[in-house]
Amino acid sequence: MTVLNAPLARRLRLGLLLSWPMLVLLGLGAMPFILLLRISVAPRDPNGMWLPGVTLHAYGALGEPDLLGALSDSVEMAIIVGAISVGLGFPLTWLITRMRRRLQVVWLVFLLATLSLSDVLIAFSWQVMLSKRIGLSNIFVALGLMDAPESLTPSTGAVIACLVYLVLPFTVLTLFPVLSRLNYDLVEAARTLGASPFRAFTSVVVPMIKGPTMIAFVIAMVLTVGTYVPPLVLGRPQHWPMAVLIGSTALAGHDLPRASAMSFLLLAATVLLALGAAQAARARKS
Amino acid sequence: MKAAGKFLFLAMLGLFLAAPLVVVTGVSFNGTQRMSFPPEKASLIWYDAFFGDPAWMSALSLSLIVASLAALASVSVAFPIAYAIWKYQSRTALFLESIARVSFLLPSIVLSIVYLVFWSWLGHVGRIEDTVLSHAVVFVALPLATIGLGFRSVDLSLVEAARTMGAREGDVLRTIVRPIVMPYVVSGLVFVFILSLNEYIIAYMVAGFEVETLPIKVFNNLRMGFQPTMCVGAVLFMLLGVFAFSVVALIGDLPKLLGGIARQREGA
Repeated sequence: MTVLNAPLARRLRLGLLLSWPMLVLLGLGAMPFILLLRISVAPRDPNGMWLPGVTLHAYGALGEPDLLGALSDSVEMAIIVGAISVGLGFPLTWLITRMRRRLQVVWLVFLLATLSLSDVLIAFSWQVMLSKRIGLSNIFVALGLMDAPESLTPSTGAVIACLVYLVLPFTVLTLFPVLSRLNYDLVEAARTLGASPFRAFTSVVVPMIKGPTMIAFVIAMVLTVGTYVPPLVLGRPQHWPMAVLIGSTALAGHDLPRASAMSFLLLAATVLLALGAAQAARARKS
Repeated sequence: MKAAGKFLFLAMLGLFLAAPLVVVTGVSFNGTQRMSFPPEKASLIWYDAFFGDPAWMSALSLSLIVASLAALASVSVAFPIAYAIWKYQSRTALFLESIARVSFLLPSIVLSIVYLVFWSWLGHVGRIEDTVLSHAVVFVALPLATIGLGFRSVDLSLVEAARTMGAREGDVLRTIVRPIVMPYVVSGLVFVFILSLNEYIIAYMVAGFEVETLPIKVFNNLRMGFQPTMCVGAVLFMLLGVFAFSVVALIGDLPKLLGGIARQREGA
């Protein structure tokens, strides 16, 4: 009797334990995506949300040149910001993991604080910093790099600088676990066996860090693709990426089916970017 | 030479990360309406203006309420999942964990459209609970990670020893598991609280007109031109972040929490 009931009791207890998380995550985590898919094929309701029925109109409109241009701007931006963030974040993380523990904690608190700071506040800070009155341009003038102070926004450079600022802490925190647990005995062993420092690095360290570095790169790209505020505040309107267009389609255009379809297009591009990066990581191995 | 290079690299990146924060803090202390740095006639008038303005105060208190509730809701979802994974190796719990991870990793603009559509479909628009629940779900991956780490750092031989000495399941949970896991629960709360406090686009899409949190108010003001009070808001949130994560570092082991190596015991 008890033998039979033990699994049942376990199930019951688990079911009870997980009922609330299940309700929330299925109801509010998974279901909204199915709804998004449904709405993306619904006809638009000009004075409301959407109408019943099915149409592929929103998907048909995805081929417009403006949209494709914005998509390619998004992808280009993602690759540039991802590359810079990993290029700076990797050595930074490396140096942080080699610091004394106290100093490590100070850097981590600092990085977490900037990571969590709202992208609105960061974009605003960059706007102030790049303005004509205060900005960096005055320093450039003092250094003789520029003739007269001028506003450095809107520009693509400003957007990239702000996005790197936003993404860099995430890159460091993604690489931190791997680099702080890296086993140096293996490097020592390779050196003892006569490998040069460079060879020890490429043959021992690189295989261990390649996967996580690629993950950090992908996370940086996904974060970049999703940002709405920095390109809107700091960028030129003709280079507004998909995220900004999706936002304005939903808010100013009141066209939720179209915004939903555009979201799926952006999601598809993001997944392709991630898969491409994974493929590249694998290809270099062989 | 090598050490100098390292130092220079760290100093440059530190400067890059600190510069916008320093400039905004400086501007917030201006004594005039103009935006200048270093501040002209340093004063606290904009702090007075900020704390004396009911609109800013309501945005601030709304932000704090949303963030606190989102943190509690998020942990209430994460804790049972982490416990079920640790205690029962439940596959359902692992599946729920993967949903949580995916929601965290999606581009935020897509998530904001998802929730805009979802709450409109429910016919439940512009309420504070929309913002709270959306944030709770989007950020649930964080407390899941920290609390999971907490359960995994419970030494099973301690549990075994307690059982041998006759402790019941409840005793084990109360005397051994709870004190170890508690700091990780608090860290999870702090992470969601701070991220929700600062989150803009989802909060804006879901209920931006009715539930105007501080980032939304800053953004709305940004469109109307520069105001020094906005800098005060930014400084406040910066300080909150530094304070919150310093607390996490004090009550727990921050490098370990972020996946690094655990602190060495004193004298070990």
